[in-house]
Amino acid sequence: MTDDNPEITAVPAETGEVRAVGERQGMFGVKGSGDTSGYGGLVAPVVYPAQAQRPYGGWFDAVADGLDPLIDAVVIHRGEITFHISAANLVAAAKLLRDDPKLRFELCAGVSGVHYPADTGRELHAVYSFLSMTFNRRIRVEVSVPDADPHLPSLCGVYPAVDWHEREAFDMYGLIFDGHPALTRILMPDDWPGHPQRKDYPLGGIAVEYKGGSIPPPDQRRSYS
Amino acid sequence: MSTTEDFYAGSSETTDGKVFTVSGQDWDEIAAGLGEDGGDAQERVVVNMGPQHPSTHGVLRLILELEGETVTEARCGIGYLHTGIEKNMEYRSWVQGTTFCTRMDYLSPFFNEMTYVLGVERLLDIEDDIPEKAQVMRVLLMELNRISSHLVCIATGGMEIGALTVMTIGFRERELVLDLFELITGLRMNHAFIRPGGVAQDLPPGALDEIRGFVALMKKRLPEYAALCNANPIFKARLDGVGHLDLEGCLALGLTGPVLRSTGYPWDLRKTSPYSGYETYDFDVQTWDTSDSYGRFRVRLNEMHESLKIIEQAADRLAKMEGEPVMVADKKIAWPSQLAIGSDGMGNSLDHIRHIMGESMEALIHHFKLVTEGFRVPAGQAYVPIESPRGELGAHVVSDGGTRPFRAHFRDPSFNNLQAMGVMSEGSMIADVIVAIASIDPVMGGVDR
Repeated sequence: MTDDNPEITAVPAETGEVRAVGERQGMFGVKGSGDTSGYGGLVAPVVYPAQAQRPYGGWFDAVADGLDPLIDAVVIHRGEITFHISAANLVAAAKLLRDDPKLRFELCAGVSGVHYPADTGRELHAVYSFLSMTFNRRIRVEVSVPDADPHLPSLCGVYPAVDWHEREAFDMYGLIFDGHPALTRILMPDDWPGHPQRKDYPLGGIAVEYKGGSIPPPDQRRSYS
Repeated sequence: MSTTEDFYAGSSETTDGKVFTVSGQDWDEIAAGLGEDGGDAQERVVVNMGPQHPSTHGVLRLILELEGETVTEARCGIGYLHTGIEKNMEYRSWVQGTTFCTRMDYLSPFFNEMTYVLGVERLLDIEDDIPEKAQVMRVLLMELNRISSHLVCIATGGMEIGALTVMTIGFRERELVLDLFELITGLRMNHAFIRPGGVAQDLPPGALDEIRGFVALMKKRLPEYAALCNANPIFKARLDGVGHLDLEGCLALGLTGPVLRSTGYPWDLRKTSPYSGYETYDFDVQTWDTSDSYGRFRVRLNEMHESLKIIEQAADRLAKMEGEPVMVADKKIAWPSQLAIGSDGMGNSLDHIRHIMGESMEALIHHFKLVTEGFRVPAGQAYVPIESPRGELGAHVVSDGGTRPFRAHFRDPSFNNLQAMGVMSEGSMIADVIVAIASIDPVMGGVDR
């Protein structure tokens, strides 16, 4: 019932939370059945924590000052700070994080790819975690690139530690880290087709039969999200 | 080329050169084979070690370029134990996630659960609501686990250099820890005991006595390791100066844990960003100043003593907490069902079944909804790293507001630290490669996830 009613899908975001990405439909995970309860018609936006405004508080401002012209957006959620940085500025930002005596982020803990199919134009995110041992601070840097052009620069030259992490993100998500010395698959076999942890890649599996009952594979079971 | 036609150990021609499959005592054939067909007998030899080699610490494949017995280049091939745990977690509820991630680094299951659970709790914003007793039990289990994990590291590391007594006594003591795990959680490995909101069960009766007995025994047994190894000339000859990596190298390659502490830098997340109340325990961060395999062995040995100190303190606290809750009070998050020991082993608590099936329909609905659908976690992302026996272990947990993890990525210390294998072993003897890897202590379940 929602597909033919565009008014319902345009749900405003909740107050204070403005970054809506995609939407959630229905309630009990039933699709295409004669749900007469009305709950099947529910549509709710998927809302992520919104951009923060200055002052960020504590040491967050000091780090933001150091990176200032390179930052696209800052998100503070549950006491963790995330700097959204464009792919073009990533290497400059990483060099600054490592070398600036006021920042001193000595360690890059790694890269984690995330695939947001509903985040149109920036579907693939690479999430870096940086740690400053000098100041005991931890920040997150998030770079988003479109699925159609999944290129971002490699940080191997600045933080050699991300070598394998970038290979893993390439293997699992198809993120292409330009300038990586050997961007090959790391966990999957070399000739594996596709990038398994993307949301459009099926989990796979077969039904399990037990005492006459048949339990479908996990990705075909009822999903409540 | 090999003279015998052995299906398993022959040789073949490829575009990259001649390939030999060696099975021992056939070096002469290889040397002769290399010189055949006008080839150069001094040609470099690339050796594939593993993934089924007993000395590579699991299904780790090493690709070594040799000149005589000296390693000129070393690379790792990993992925042989990749089981898609992260992907699978996206198809299960938030609570079921612990059942999956506990299987990653199989020598430190509680740490996998813990970092994931801390991330979920941060997203749920219930970090301050976790009952004190649950936090103390988590610390207790993690420190017991740290001991069992370090014991396996020292035991297998000893076995790989031929010190079989170290192996047998290491596994002897680890068995005692696993017995404690079985008593407390019902399982020796893969516990899924630490859950979002607390822990699955209260301590069983008599557990504290067993733990105190274990601590007393370990205080006698740990010095045996020191007496056996610390000044043992053969042991020292194999470990001293091997796998050297200084502080700059560790930071550039992202190494944490005992490898980092063996450079003399006291970085321990339990001290620098405490979780679960670690700031209230009295213990010291152990360091060594040699940056080599021997230093890492000593760091691990000393850390076990520190873990015993924490376990004693945790046991003292638990003794005063009898009957206190171990799960968050919010009934929309706390797992409704409880387990109990019945005549046929552990199963659902009959009291709970009686309650939901016979007394309260609301309780039944509540149980059904939480177990099948699960709770929703507010959208956002969290990364709460903890100090696992191998270094910084962190789960990057992303939620889209649904009942399942949108993404759970584990920054496993074994995965990261294994990158240093090349730096540690290039230029050294082939036998030292094994020692260097053992000093990193990679667990392939965690590397490949």
